[in-house]
Amino acid sequence: MTNTPLSAGIVAGRLAPAELQQNFADLHPPLDDHEALVAADRCYFCHDAPCITACPTDIDIPLFIRQIATGTPEAAAKTIFDQNILGGMCARVCPTETLCEEACVREIAEGKPVEIGQLQRYATDRLMTRGEHPFSRANPTGKRVAVVGAGPAGLACAHRLAMKGHDVVIFDARAKPGGLNEFGIAAYKSVDGFAEQEVDWLLKIGGITVETGKALGNGLTLEGLSGEYDAVFLGIGLGGVNALGLEGEDRDGVEDAVSFIADLRQASDLAALPVGRDVVVIGGGMTAVDAAVQSKLLGALNVSLVYRRGRDRMNASAYEQDLAASKGVRIITNARPVAVHGNGAVREVEFEYVTDDQKPTGEGFRLPADQLFKAIGQTLEGEALPELEGRKIRVTGAGRTSLPNVWAGGDCAAGGDDLTVTAVAEGRDAAEDIHAGLMG
Amino acid sequence: MANLASDFVGIKSPNPFWLASAPPTDKEYNVRRAFEAGWGGVVWKTLGAEGPPIVNVNGPRYGAIYGADRRLLGLNNIELITDRELQQNLKEIKAVKRDYPDRAVVVSIMVPCEEEAWKAILPAVEETGADGVELNFGCPHGMAERGMGSAVGQVPEYIEMVTRWVKQYSRLPCIVKLTPNVTSILPPAMAAARGGADAVSLINTVKSITNVDLDHFSPFPMIDGKGSHGGYCGPAVKPIALNMVAEIARQEETRGLPISGIGGVTTWRDAAEFMALGAGNVQVCTAAMTYGFKIVQEMISGLSQYLDEKDMEMSDLIGRAVPNFVEWQHLNLNHVTKAVIDQDACIQCGRCYAACEDTSHQAIAMSDDRVFTVKEEECVACNLCVDVCPVEDCITMRTLEAGEMDLRTGLRVSAEHGDWTTHPNNPAARQAAE
Ligand SMILES: Cc1cc2nc3c(=O)[nH]c(=O)nc-3n(C[C@H](O)[C@H](O)[C@H](O)COP(=O)(O)OP(=O)(O)OC[C@H]3O[C@@H](n4cnc5c(N)ncnc54)[C@H](O)[C@@H]3O)c2cc1C
Ligand SMILES: Cc1cc2nc3c(=O)[nH]c(=O)nc-3n(C[C@H](O)[C@H](O)[C@H](O)COP(=O)(O)O)c2cc1C
Ligand code: SF4
Repeated sequence: MTNTPLSAGIVAGRLAPAELQQNFADLHPPLDDHEALVAADRCYFCHDAPCITACPTDIDIPLFIRQIATGTPEAAAKTIFDQNILGGMCARVCPTETLCEEACVREIAEGKPVEIGQLQRYATDRLMTRGEHPFSRANPTGKRVAVVGAGPAGLACAHRLAMKGHDVVIFDARAKPGGLNEFGIAAYKSVDGFAEQEVDWLLKIGGITVETGKALGNGLTLEGLSGEYDAVFLGIGLGGVNALGLEGEDRDGVEDAVSFIADLRQASDLAALPVGRDVVVIGGGMTAVDAAVQSKLLGALNVSLVYRRGRDRMNASAYEQDLAASKGVRIITNARPVAVHGNGAVREVEFEYVTDDQKPTGEGFRLPADQLFKAIGQTLEGEALPELEGRKIRVTGAGRTSLPNVWAGGDCAAGGDDLTVTAVAEGRDAAEDIHAGLMG
Repeated sequence: MANLASDFVGIKSPNPFWLASAPPTDKEYNVRRAFEAGWGGVVWKTLGAEGPPIVNVNGPRYGAIYGADRRLLGLNNIELITDRELQQNLKEIKAVKRDYPDRAVVVSIMVPCEEEAWKAILPAVEETGADGVELNFGCPHGMAERGMGSAVGQVPEYIEMVTRWVKQYSRLPCIVKLTPNVTSILPPAMAAARGGADAVSLINTVKSITNVDLDHFSPFPMIDGKGSHGGYCGPAVKPIALNMVAEIARQEETRGLPISGIGGVTTWRDAAEFMALGAGNVQVCTAAMTYGFKIVQEMISGLSQYLDEKDMEMSDLIGRAVPNFVEWQHLNLNHVTKAVIDQDACIQCGRCYAACEDTSHQAIAMSDDRVFTVKEEECVACNLCVDVCPVEDCITMRTLEAGEMDLRTGLRVSAEHGDWTTHPNNPAARQAAE
């Protein structure tokens, strides 16, 4: 028999395939030509534009928008890729509302910024669907660089190095490159296998070999790589997940939000993906929002996202919070989990309300749950890494670590927001630094 | 990437985009920054004779015309030539040219219509290492009253005389900058050619009043309650400039005279259009004044992409549209088109209907549920509906095949070319046939 949102437990096929397809369609359908021209026309071509400053990769936004306005979106794409080779993915996943678009002067003027993210997508899609790769390699330098991690940081680093004429090998623990672009980003932000297409397109530069299923700590050592290659870049992201430290955390139905999302992203048939009827997500970042929203879109009846501080402290932007609310996710703040109840499998999660400075209030509540997602942050994993700062790799300058000839960037490196675009910027800048070092 | 390197009457520049003689080129600081931003060349702000420089007004200099969203479409100004010392300008020109040998530095000059004045200034300009001179016969305000600028540009004999002096006293390429404030651009252009000019550049600004202060009853810009006419420039003047450029490019008397196209160039597309109509390069003023020097990057990337896509060299583009610029009487009257409204693209604003029904040929039908369709039997193919439609490519003009019935005339479309010269209604054609 077929399931519905009302079916108890963690089951697949709560919604009809057509409904699933609609739920997981492109969150923001791409602009058509007319929409793009109208949107581009709103750009004032500001001097020393605040949007550029707000972009971690410093894309020359006014220039690319002017190039769209004058009928050359291909040139616009080149302007974007000059700074950010993953400009296509960033156009889809950047929280523009806290980056470029927040800084747009038309946000000040009218509370309505120029749609920079959408215009970026318009331009990059145009060039990428042509299948052309707009860059070529410099003369071979004979230098070889190992990049560990094929996420945005590693890919951006590898591309820039390859452009400079170095030979690059990317090692990744997973069976597929892309990092969280492939395994993490919400499905409705990157539809139709875009992450994979983007990696294929990026690799057209040449000079990059991707070795999947090869991990540091599992066959590879940093020492070995440093010995064999002229330089090493670490872009291994955050592989571990923080635990709640609660009694009952090992009950069935208690899962890491990131693995749930990874399964979802790789699922060939969303109707075969099980999800709970009553889902509880603990956390306040993008991972929490994505797990909650996608549970709802899969057909969960009740989804609650519970965060221990106030809404203003959530890492997920106001826009993301509104998105979650619009999909029917209930957001509960200032509440901390105290126990996971159940008999073998989770049945209920118990919370207590806390003040802004995390003092117990004495008030509490229980939420029915057959699935509980933990999304309270990821952690760096690995041994024999360079020196850490806090819980990430310490870097100075453009990603230099405590070890000679070893650079790091992206989520695994200290400093910067844990965002795709920041990872790209750090990978790119490390590549420039590595290049300067190798050729200097 | 297409090769944009330009050679205009022997003056080389890495691209065909020059800044026109105006505030953007008034001093070393500006010009250095312009070159850093990528401009291929500059025409230095017009120099006057040795001695106390002219003075500018100390109130507003500009009037503006806006499109929607305060987009600057036209600018008028009452600024004069440089108000800085000649020697200071020359010193700066020399320093800039020394540091940017690959860029074009042309010096604009306007001195009184006396041989001695030109004889005096030319060696000093040559000494800077500049690549050429441009004679400013175009400024329509302030200088004309003193017998210079457009006062010279409107009298072909003066143009010829001064150009001759310049060619006599200098070996530098000489570009004569023309004023559009004439009934025909050909006599001034011909005069420049007779005087030995290497090229003409056009247009300078168009005499104008942009607006009137309705509280103080004075034209704008208003200086202490009074206004003067100014010179109009920017996107609004492009059509005037294109026509003048094209006239010089196509008429037998002036054909082949190199042209530097000026007037409203704002994007790569404008530049390409000027070039297609015969300009060897373009000069830009208002667009830089509106958006800053950086716009040249879009011009460079855009022109280069266009040339690549067309698989053309810049030389293939220059003048390419000139043979297709013909007199009205040679247009093919047997070419029949009809407006077609794309119902998927239509947003049902009804502007096409208002335009056609109220002011044209009543060729658009409107249904009760706001569906707009073209009545082919009424459509004269004027394309006003296309022009007023807010959605690009929503209304297009379909060309009727030869043999197809034109529902308006009830005649089949002829495959032959047939223009006014042979049309039966043309008395001249009838006579010739008799
Ligand atoms: C669920 C979720 C949603 C997100 N949504 C957004 C969003 O909408 N917008 C946004 O800007 N950011 C978002 N982020 C953050 C963003 O995905 C990351 O900041 C970004 O991917 C970091 O890139 P990275 O290259 O540093 O690491 P990752 O993308 O994590 O890539 C690291 C790579 O290294 C590999 N690896 C790890 N350890 C080893 C090892 N020992 N040996 C070999 N290979 C190894 C991994 O397999 C992986 O491929 C989201 C993150 C998550 C988890
Ligand atoms: C403020 C201002 C000052 C100008 N001064 C001069 C000048 O000194 N000499 C000159 O030849 N043209 C001068 N011009 C005219 C410009 O060089 C140019 O011919 C005209 O503005 C048309 O080009 P545009 O539409 O790109 O602005 C001036 C224009 C402006 C707006
Ligand atoms: S642009 Fe404005 S600030 Fe600058 S000189 Fe003119 S009036 Fe003054």
